Amino acid sequence: MTTLFYLAGILAIVATLLAITQRHAVHALLYLIVSLLAVAVEFFVLGAPFVAALEIMIYAGAIMVLFVFVVMMLNIAEHAMEVERGSLKPRNWLGPALLALVLLGELVYCTATTRGTPSLTGVTGPKQVGEALFGNYWIGVELASLLLMAGLVGAFHLGRHRIAKEEKHHVTSTDATRTDTRSDLVHAGSGGTSHAA
Amino acid sequence: MRLNLFPLLVIAVVLFVVLNLSAGLIWVERRLLALWQDRYGPNRVGPFGLGQILADSIKLFTKEDWIPPFADKPVFILAPAIVVATSLISFAVVPFAPGFVIADLNIGILFLLAMSSLGVYSVVLAGWSSNNKYSLLGGIRAAAQMMSYEVFMGLSLLGSVILAGSFRLTDIVEAQRGLWFVVPQFLGFILFLIAGVAETRRLPFDLAEAESELIAGFHSEYSGMKFGMFFVGEYIGVILVSAAISLLFFGGWLGPVLPPALWFAVKTMFFICLFILLRAALPRPRFDQLMSWGWKVMLPLALVNLLVTGAVVLARR
Repeated sequence: MTTLFYLAGILAIVATLLAITQRHAVHALLYLIVSLLAVAVEFFVLGAPFVAALEIMIYAGAIMVLFVFVVMMLNIAEHAMEVERGSLKPRNWLGPALLALVLLGELVYCTATTRGTPSLTGVTGPKQVGEALFGNYWIGVELASLLLMAGLVGAFHLGRHRIAKEEKHHVTSTDATRTDTRSDLVHAGSGGTSHAA
Repeated sequence: MRLNLFPLLVIAVVLFVVLNLSAGLIWVERRLLALWQDRYGPNRVGPFGLGQILADSIKLFTKEDWIPPFADKPVFILAPAIVVATSLISFAVVPFAPGFVIADLNIGILFLLAMSSLGVYSVVLAGWSSNNKYSLLGGIRAAAQMMSYEVFMGLSLLGSVILAGSFRLTDIVEAQRGLWFVVPQFLGFILFLIAGVAETRRLPFDLAEAESELIAGFHSEYSGMKFGMFFVGEYIGVILVSAAISLLFFGGWLGPVLPPALWFAVKTMFFICLFILLRAALPRPRFDQLMSWGWKVMLPLALVNLLVTGAVVLARR
């Protein structure tokens, strides 16, 4: 189990590094998916199969599909590669690397001072997770769902507004062309016959 | 020593049965379709045309395996492998008979759903990496369709989970000893059936390949065994969804007289035939109809089903 843990950990780190350094947007996303799957294996080995399944279903299976979907739809891979080339210059690595170093220091300090090692034995089933979420932490769950709901309503409102506007614009412009050219079918037909007569 | 070898034996048997069945289904489907459409179907090669399976496999294996130069090569090769891998891995949690299961996880159903949600990548990446507008359209359609139908696929199963009180598939089957869940969960069954057809991209929901509008959609550029992987992957998906329906709503291996594994096989085979009948009977809807049907009808129905089931179970306590 410990070997599996470290193997999945190394895999996650390598995949994440590749996800950052890949210039091609879709390839980077694929590495990110591998990294998420590796993290799911970590959860599983640590005795949280429920969290592992949710990680795969929600992050790898739903959110990342949306990412891939958007990248595919906009077909921005070519342009994004140019932008990436600029932002992957060594100079731009300095700031984030410093910040990450601080985090690493904190992590090392914490692991050095506390004796607790992560247990690889206890298994947390779906029932415990559910009880914790809807027992102790239900306010958090409710707040998160409110936030998501607000986001959903907002996105719906923005999208609907634009569609309605476009449709209105379309209708007025077709009406305008119709009156300009008098190309209405009935008019054209009747006009034609009157000319002929 | 026997304890160590048993899982390997189960894996070997499951792989053998599933892969052969999915190859055999190509013949079954063509014969059944022909029967329902008043034709003969493939009946020339061997007895009942059974040799057609062999002929088809030889054809697929020996065809030229062509990768278009404009394709994104690594992703193009990866895509067909994903669909077969995810659907075969899903069989790890399917109990074929009491005790005859590779991994009896306590999150069995979630594992199934997780694997089916990873299967979307295969179609999406195939469509994108082919660098062809028809493939891309197919891939985009598949992504939108499978994401929308996945949502209530999971929700429609939760009724059975509430009644059984467990995500473990063997527990769910055992909980149906008195009454199959199709009776209290009839709505859930119908929703899951529709979602299952959409998830495996079978007719009438095969808009991702829709040969009359998109040539072959996401696998237009594929040939040889890479195309064969999509072909076989689709049949493995059909077997998986049929097996899931019989496990979750029709009592899995439970049944009188006959041995458990046989009951399971009979029930699964019945739903596979239903899938083929659906293909023979129904026309394809328009894409916007498919999407609005999913979000505006199926999702609210699944939520209502979940709410009512939860309320009834709580009231009974």
